Amino acid sequence: MATLILAEHDNTNLNEATAKTLTAALALGQPVDILVAGHQAQAVADAAAKLSGIRAVKLADGASLAHQRAEPLADLIVSLAGGYDAIVVPATSTGKNVAPRVAALLDVMQISEITKVVSADTFERPIYAGNAIETVQSGDSKRVVTVRIAAFPAADAGGNAPVETVAAPADSGLSSFVGADLSVSDRPELAAAKVIVSGGRALGSAEKFQEVIAPLADQLKAAIGASRAAVDAGYAPNDWQVGQTGKVVAPDLYIAIGISGAIQHLAGMKDSKVIVAINKDGDAPIFQIADYGLVDDLFTVVPALTKALAN
Amino acid sequence: MKILVPVKRVVDTNVKIRVKADGTGVDLANVKMSMNPFDEIAVEEALRLKEAGKATEVVVVSIGTDKSAETLRTGLAMGADRAILVKTDIANIEPLAVAKLLKAVIAAEEPGLVILGKQAIDDDSNQTGQMLAALLGWPQATFASKVVLGDGDVDVTREVDGGLETLRLKLPAIVTTDLRLNEPRYASLPNIMKAKKKPLDETSPETLGVDASPRLTVLKTVEPTGRTAGVKLGSVDELVAKLKQAGVL
Ligand SMILES: Cc1cc2nc3c(=O)[nH]c(=O)nc-3n(C[C@H](O)[C@H](O)[C@H](O)COP(=O)(O)OP(=O)(O)OC[C@H]3O[C@@H](n4cnc5c(N)ncnc54)[C@H](O)[C@@H]3O)c2cc1C
Repeated sequence: MATLILAEHDNTNLNEATAKTLTAALALGQPVDILVAGHQAQAVADAAAKLSGIRAVKLADGASLAHQRAEPLADLIVSLAGGYDAIVVPATSTGKNVAPRVAALLDVMQISEITKVVSADTFERPIYAGNAIETVQSGDSKRVVTVRIAAFPAADAGGNAPVETVAAPADSGLSSFVGADLSVSDRPELAAAKVIVSGGRALGSAEKFQEVIAPLADQLKAAIGASRAAVDAGYAPNDWQVGQTGKVVAPDLYIAIGISGAIQHLAGMKDSKVIVAINKDGDAPIFQIADYGLVDDLFTVVPALTKALAN
Repeated sequence: MKILVPVKRVVDTNVKIRVKADGTGVDLANVKMSMNPFDEIAVEEALRLKEAGKATEVVVVSIGTDKSAETLRTGLAMGADRAILVKTDIANIEPLAVAKLLKAVIAAEEPGLVILGKQAIDDDSNQTGQMLAALLGWPQATFASKVVLGDGDVDVTREVDGGLETLRLKLPAIVTTDLRLNEPRYASLPNIMKAKKKPLDETSPETLGVDASPRLTVLKTVEPTGRTAGVKLGSVDELVAKLKQAGVL
């Protein structure tokens, strides 16, 4: 049969998570359709149509899908599921929210956050904060899978697939959107950044976090990340959290500043290509996985590094 | 209104787990077990709603072996009123089966709100709450950092990739907790003693009429390919030189 993937987008732009999910979906060896579910999202559908290797884009456009709430979105996916034997969804906050709802409605056991496709029914996925990797085989007639996007490269653009319209679902009225408080930033998105500068509890305040971390990130055109401790203390917003229960990233360069290296943090960044740790405690666990370490006070080293890079 | 809080017994978050050499799983012998941290947050939130006069009873439920009764006692010691153990010997009980069992418990208990942890820190699945909402036909708000219970509805602020989002759900509803919802209390010694006398009922998948057998087969479990420690450098200039060499600048 075929594979359906759910596009990640904000009604205006197609998020790169979609192209990464496509790479995983293509490995299943079936024709792939991309579902764009949103409101006034024609531009997203047009962008999705350019991804190479896909059969078609299905565009469901309607007010009930404006905020991709789980209830109408799951109803939509289930209504299309008859034509597919695999439903593949990026493990973004939208994907993680809706995919299990779809799986349960289809009476399927979901496979979460796959990092590798072994075959059409067998996948690798991390468990215990990435301290073990499980190979699981599905015995269900359909597969519902979420994809850890940091584990897959983006599929190429260069295609020209048809865009077909499907009906948007009616709204059950069970939930409604009240409001959002989204970060606006000129920096690259954390999940897609090539370079990430990440700060921990050691920064001590939101002001210091900005004063020390931001100039280095500016210099490197990097995204900013944070440990849970830094987020809990209010030094950084929640969407910057890297780790088991935050975002999982794999940039070319990850600089951990004043972060001890708890397993829950490592779970979110240990697949980065090059890891740098700056910590005044030479025994901090972060040094066990860092390629390069500086054992020093961050408040002197980080400004010096920013300056050295500017020259 | 009654609040139901499902809780899971998992390896304690501070334990460094070991994968068995023969690839059959993670070694759980003699390892410290605790209530899943996200579930502690769920229990705490339910207790706060009760203390604020917005709920009348907090019931904790766990699905697992006899040992899961310890986890339920922890919930009772925190302040929950009653506990239900759905006893099963299936070792790796899957989220879909858990959701079906919870649905059956809910049919009898009729809570107005169910609060669950967003994920268990052992299998990291992040599925049960959403699946339960689907099976019940209830609305869901996952990854909650704020819960405001109204009359007939609940406003939930959620941690999403781009920041925060607030949804309004009609009750009954499902909420799953994120880390910043609250800071769970510790059970005091007197409350631990009192918890021993609180009611803990037992049932089973058979009694509930639910087929809880697994759908997935775990073929093997291995350790991830590790990273090795690199080098500690003496100066910022050395670091810049190394990063240039590595081609990441
Ligand atoms: C269920 C659960 C989920 C979790 N999920 C996550 C997650 O997703 N992400 C995450 O990050 N954490 C997570 N955690 C928390 C994790 O266990 C750690 O508590 C957290 O990562 C610690 O943050 P930190 O390294 O900033 O703080 P600390 O551990 O306090 O480390 C601060 C470090 O800064 C160093 N330092 C202090 N002053 C200076 C200075 N002047 N110069 C240089 N170095 C200095 C210290 O030596 C220390 O190593 C989770 C925990 C639980 C229980």
